[in-house]
Amino acid sequence: MAALTPISRKPMSLVLPTVAAAGGFFGLFIGTSNGSGTLGVLIGALMAVAGAALYIFVLKNENLGKWLTIALYGALGFWFGGIAAAIIGLLYGWFIHWFSYWLYEGRYRARLLPYLTPKQVLWHYTFRVICGAIFTFLITPILVVMPLSFNAQDFFTFTPEMLRLDPAGYSLKHYQDFFTNNEWQRSFKNSLIIAPIATVISVSLGTLAAIGLSQSHVPGRRAIMAIMISPMIVPLIISATGMFFFYSQIGNWMEGTLGLNKTFVGYVKVVLAHAVLGIPFVIITVTATLVGFDRSLTRAAANMGANPVTTFFRVQMPLILPGVISGGLFAFITSFDEVVVVLFVGSASQKTLPWQMFTGLREQISPTILAVATILVGISILLLATVEMLRRRSERLRGMSPT
Amino acid sequence: MKTKLTALAVTTALVAPAAMAQEMTIVSWGGAYSKSQLKAYHEPYSAKSGVTIINDDSSAEAVAKLRAMNEAGNVTWDVVDVVAADAIRLCDEGLAMEIDADTQLAAAPDGTSASEDFGDLLVSDCFIPQIVYSTTFGYRTDLVGDTAPTTICDVFDTDAYPGKRALEKRPINNMEWALLCDGVAKSDVYDVLATPEGQDKALAKLGTIKDDVIWWSAGADTPQLLADGEVVMGSTYNGRLFAVIEEQKQPVAMLWDAQVFDLDGWIIPAGLSDERKAQALDYIMFATDTQRLADQAKYISYGPARASSAPLVGKHAELGIDMAPHMPTDPNNAQNTFLYNYEFWADYRDDIDAKFQAWLAK
Repeated sequence: MAALTPISRKPMSLVLPTVAAAGGFFGLFIGTSNGSGTLGVLIGALMAVAGAALYIFVLKNENLGKWLTIALYGALGFWFGGIAAAIIGLLYGWFIHWFSYWLYEGRYRARLLPYLTPKQVLWHYTFRVICGAIFTFLITPILVVMPLSFNAQDFFTFTPEMLRLDPAGYSLKHYQDFFTNNEWQRSFKNSLIIAPIATVISVSLGTLAAIGLSQSHVPGRRAIMAIMISPMIVPLIISATGMFFFYSQIGNWMEGTLGLNKTFVGYVKVVLAHAVLGIPFVIITVTATLVGFDRSLTRAAANMGANPVTTFFRVQMPLILPGVISGGLFAFITSFDEVVVVLFVGSASQKTLPWQMFTGLREQISPTILAVATILVGISILLLATVEMLRRRSERLRGMSPT
Repeated sequence: MKTKLTALAVTTALVAPAAMAQEMTIVSWGGAYSKSQLKAYHEPYSAKSGVTIINDDSSAEAVAKLRAMNEAGNVTWDVVDVVAADAIRLCDEGLAMEIDADTQLAAAPDGTSASEDFGDLLVSDCFIPQIVYSTTFGYRTDLVGDTAPTTICDVFDTDAYPGKRALEKRPINNMEWALLCDGVAKSDVYDVLATPEGQDKALAKLGTIKDDVIWWSAGADTPQLLADGEVVMGSTYNGRLFAVIEEQKQPVAMLWDAQVFDLDGWIIPAGLSDERKAQALDYIMFATDTQRLADQAKYISYGPARASSAPLVGKHAELGIDMAPHMPTDPNNAQNTFLYNYEFWADYRDDIDAKFQAWLAK
């Protein structure tokens, strides 16, 4: 993007305190992890100010300053904490140098509209920092898990070998455990059986319910709607207790009177319970899509002689498909992540992945759980990316611009 | 697609009953302990009988779940591994089946009857003891300075051993240790603990280190905390510490002083169908014979419950180290021990639990 606003150098009274604040902020983390937060803030602020003063008054050469800073912080990091700290040092050196010049040369104004007041400029960047912080808080716990899943030890600990980036500290043995351990494999298989079937049931029933409930002539539709989405509102542990007793009776009847196999009945119970949990998500997303659905289309279809079923599949369904798919995705994730209900309703032969992770976490803190978590994060990313790509593709095919 | 899935489900339903071999669900504690049972009991039993064994790691909530299952008339467990105290409760509530040791358990190879072979460890009519384990302390050898702790009272000495300690989040064991280190003689501990003043005394002693305690509730917590160096010392089951020291090679050592012995074993839930009951009894007969109990000690450092198994305890199956010195019952380790006092805690548990939880929240 081209510069919108001509830029000018800023006074030291702005540059130095801001650079000091940034340096102090990073110093806080380093200091806290080494014993004294206050000392860290002081040293960080002083070093940042000294750096900025050095570029501006002594070196007057941006590139030279850059490489000097990167080298200095990298060396400091290496001296204190080995290779891993050196990498952090290099990155920080690059950042603090860039930040100092960004402020000093007034580059932060370059891409903003010329008529913004300083307060608006400040808010513009504060807003971005807040968003970045929220994003960091959301994503860091997930990122921390990933390197730990390659731990060569059986604990949730960054070992000294790992911090030195020594290959001996890393291993794929937890992944190997996941793929060779019967318990993990069976629970993974169970999750892959239960979640899709429960999703298909929730999507079919939920879509039908949403279409029915959006007809204005259905009596008591608000009450029915409230009951249908209640599994989402009632605390899970309460639904789970109720479901336990209810499905025990059903299960006994199916085993005793119908003479069905015990394991099969177990799957039926869990699938039905999960379908019930997934239905509200489908109802809500499909109802929301139906709001934008033009009713005259169904009347037009009927006018041309299509029966209601044909109308549904040929006219209504393609138009509300995005809502159905996202509802189905929610239903799938609900079932795939669910641990409380399956603990109550299921027996050990229906042990799902979250159940196995739950007991694994409580009884033995094994990094296999982290390996599984990493794999699941990968699957989720792939799943969401695929759905999004399909959505864009279908919109392109229908001539809409992707949004 | 939808019809295909339905068709698949229906086919599975029709095929499943014919193809499925006999199954049984065995409930245990998970982790290294379940693994030792898998190697020593489940695998040989499945090979012998063709029964598929499914593990359910739910022993921690066995009492509550068995109550609920019984109420719902839907008992899905066949054999359950519980600690002796839970077995006594389940037996009293009629949730576990009574076992006649001499007719339903295997005799020792030399002909000694099972009831004699297990001896005093048969603490309940429903309980088939399996192992003797102990709750004891481990400490970080690199964090305790030059003099390693040698007695239980070093846990309460924050001057000599500064740093956090991990203690279990329940009064049992902690109260006994506190009194012992508050000058109460070992023989008087339970008499003192039976009085409200004695309970206050124990809590006051625990209060001296309360700020330095991390409370754990799962057996895996203390090993993790020790490995992290978050705590200097912590109590847990001796088998967990064995895994930390010998298998994971962490800088940790055992403090066997004032270890508390407890028993763990099987119960069979009441209300099984005749067919499942016969299956469960057959498994129990096999899994608690002399050789099987001795085999389990190859995988985990818990002492077999039968007297006749002790001489058969050999080397660790994977590490090849002699297991006898790692047993809680080894004479060197068992110089100062407690046996979990079932009667006392059955009578006082609820009161002291309430008091302890209130004290924790203060």
